[in-house]
Amino acid sequence: MNSDATFKVWRTHPEGGGTFQTFDAKVSEGMVVLDVVHRIQAEQAPDLAVRWNCKAGKCGSCSAEINGHPRLMCMTRLDELNLREPVTVEPMRTFPSIKDLVTDVSWNYRVKTKIQKFQPRHADAPDGTWRMAQRDVDRVQEFRKCIECFLCQDVCHVLREHNKHEEFIGPRFFVYNAALEMHPLDTADRIPALKEDNGIGYCNITKCCTKVCPEHIQITDNAIIPLKERVVSRYYDPVTRLLRMFG
Amino acid sequence: MATHPSYDVLIIGAGGAGMRAAIEAANSGASVGLICKSLLGKAHTVMAEGGMAAAIGNNDDRDDWRVHFADTMRGGQYVNNYRMAELHAKEAPDRVRELEAWGAVFDRTPTGGINQRNFGGHRYPRLAHVGDRTGLELIRTLQDHTVHLGVTVHMEYTVIDLVLDEGRAAGVLAYDRHRGAFQVFEAKAIILATGGLGRAYKVTSNSWEGTGDGHALAYRAGAELIDMEFIQFHPTGMIWPPSVKGLLVTEGVRGEGGVLKNSEGRRFMFDDIPDNYKSQTASDPDEGWLYTQGDKAARRPPELLTRDHVARCIVGQVKAGRGSPHGGVFLDIAWIKERMPNAADHIKRKLPSMYHQFMQLANLDITKVPMEVGPTTHYVMGGIRVDADSQMSSIPGLFAAGECASGINGANRLGGNSLSDLVVFGKRAGEHAAEWARAYGQPHLDEAAVARFEQAALEPFSRGADGENPYKVQEDLQETMQSRVGIVRIESEMHEALEALDEYKLRAGRVGVAGQRDYHAGWHTALDLRNLLTVSEAIARSALERRESRGGHFRDDYPDKHEEFATVNVMVKQVGDSMQVSRVPVIAIPEELMQVIEEQKS
Repeated sequence: MNSDATFKVWRTHPEGGGTFQTFDAKVSEGMVVLDVVHRIQAEQAPDLAVRWNCKAGKCGSCSAEINGHPRLMCMTRLDELNLREPVTVEPMRTFPSIKDLVTDVSWNYRVKTKIQKFQPRHADAPDGTWRMAQRDVDRVQEFRKCIECFLCQDVCHVLREHNKHEEFIGPRFFVYNAALEMHPLDTADRIPALKEDNGIGYCNITKCCTKVCPEHIQITDNAIIPLKERVVSRYYDPVTRLLRMFG
Repeated sequence: MATHPSYDVLIIGAGGAGMRAAIEAANSGASVGLICKSLLGKAHTVMAEGGMAAAIGNNDDRDDWRVHFADTMRGGQYVNNYRMAELHAKEAPDRVRELEAWGAVFDRTPTGGINQRNFGGHRYPRLAHVGDRTGLELIRTLQDHTVHLGVTVHMEYTVIDLVLDEGRAAGVLAYDRHRGAFQVFEAKAIILATGGLGRAYKVTSNSWEGTGDGHALAYRAGAELIDMEFIQFHPTGMIWPPSVKGLLVTEGVRGEGGVLKNSEGRRFMFDDIPDNYKSQTASDPDEGWLYTQGDKAARRPPELLTRDHVARCIVGQVKAGRGSPHGGVFLDIAWIKERMPNAADHIKRKLPSMYHQFMQLANLDITKVPMEVGPTTHYVMGGIRVDADSQMSSIPGLFAAGECASGINGANRLGGNSLSDLVVFGKRAGEHAAEWARAYGQPHLDEAAVARFEQAALEPFSRGADGENPYKVQEDLQETMQSRVGIVRIESEMHEALEALDEYKLRAGRVGVAGQRDYHAGWHTALDLRNLLTVSEAIARSALERRESRGGHFRDDYPDKHEEFATVNVMVKQVGDSMQVSRVPVIAIPEELMQVIEEQKS
């Protein structure tokens, strides 16, 4: 494979708004979309803005929408795409634009600071640390694979279509909550906040987030649904409610 | 004149070292600003795979700081700053345990402790790890801890120059990558934690950020750099397809039993075992396999010799015509199916990122077929010369920690020592910078210097699109460093490299960019060039000076170690407009630590 392909890349205009700009680029075996964007930068449009870092699928910086699908540019091989048609590359649409392919994801950083931090129980092993079995940390380790690419946030309709940013923290931060809540050492209680402030009830488990996760975290099944169950059993379970009433 | 953001401690770089420094400085009551070129949590630390070395002794209770210290010194060929190696070996276990208290979830031993794995050059299983994504665990743990400490984070800012006040660190000029606007930060103490410089080479495992910023900023401000000739070429980078060339394949693959083979199917590492490692190396494949499976009586397979040695052996195979189709050698983990049931599942569980990386980027299933690998520029042992205990550089109030500082690794770094280096010396830098800030008042910021720096930074715009293409200059520089100052070096080629670098300096002075200043990749590349040129020259000049081969520095014209260089570090410093090269004595190792080294030699 050594041929030409056409790419339509989103360019923002200094006065606001944006349009697709068409570039023809030489492509060769094994290339990923980020390689093409870099080649366009180096040869045709030096001011093209793109955020990237590791180019290895580990940092989660180069999130974009490729042919309309939320993907990491560095992990999207050209041979998965139909190169007979132009390939569109555009920024994540759920977040405000900064320039071209770069979006303002600072909302995510603000959300995280509002979530109760890790609070371990007192160390209980003789050496002043803890013991944890691998089977007890397996599920937390799944959540901690998250690279914070925010593709799940990008695709979530509660954010994308309904703009519930003030009432809903999005799949990434449900995963974050789950990692903390299911951490064998953690003692904090995040269930009230999940229900009241973080809007877990808005999620109607359509699993769009799970489908786009480049780390293959089972966001809906393993994080969101168990958290919803904890909220339900705390607030809506009749037996628990009775007990609380008389407790 | 507008007032600038002002901090007690300003930290440049938010990888493992920068964030650990921020935590320590904030905990000691200092106001802390943290500047990073990327978003928080994306720094190159995130790519570290294998683990962090700390002599906790969970998997082998014979391990303790003495063994770790001796391993680090042996790996560094005894030109290390012994005191840094000592502090590192002693303090790393506490730094790892503290991460657990902050929420890190390391893999567990059967009895529930932190699991530790084998790695090249470490005598006992010593690397606390999380599968093959330990760097992510480290950075996320530090990030999630930092954000609750009142540290002010300035994301996507790049520092252009340090500003001094009568020789003391006083602030920086930076630009906001989003808007392209200049921003001055004032500080009583500054910590450089900017990482490495792999981007000076064409084939590298480093992210775009590794442009040697901290090295170059410190150098231009008058600080001393040492050991710049010592570059670590990691033996196993991906080599195919071309777009991923250089991407790291963790040493953990070999730690889990992966073997290196040439095109004839021979495990060539058994053919070349250095004398000083013979007594610790397996005598046959069976013993090597037992070692990777935790047999304490077995010695390690030769694939786990130090990185410099393995990288050169691979180059040797390729040069001798026994390489793989794309110019590397084969790394085979699939073979372990001969030794264990459910090998494919085992590989996927132990090396999940590697499995996905090859599946996704190379269409290759590592549980079934061997990988093709070759050396990639991975790490710089050299950097800013610092005081071991405080991490302060030769400039008062300027500290450095992590990869951009030098000393702990000597001529070669052991895998796993980097992540622990970040937290051990990040903490120390944070502590001492905060102390410095308490002891000394607010420096005066030289606004005239700031104005000069701003003007220089804008020059590419004045030349516009007619100027030289910055990407092209960067590409040529990388090509030169790769081919002339790479794994195997020779005097004539390094002279050629220096001539070429002179030409690139002129070309860098002619680069031009057009358009608006906001998020302008071409302009950023133009500004990075200056740092890349500085560190490239430092590497080439230091490598010329060291007329011997040691660790990561191999001279074809001086292939052996030489006594004359066993007791010196090569140092570079800016004098006037030129780079002055000198030799400084290696810090003498005290008697009791010499004894520790001798005891561990058997």
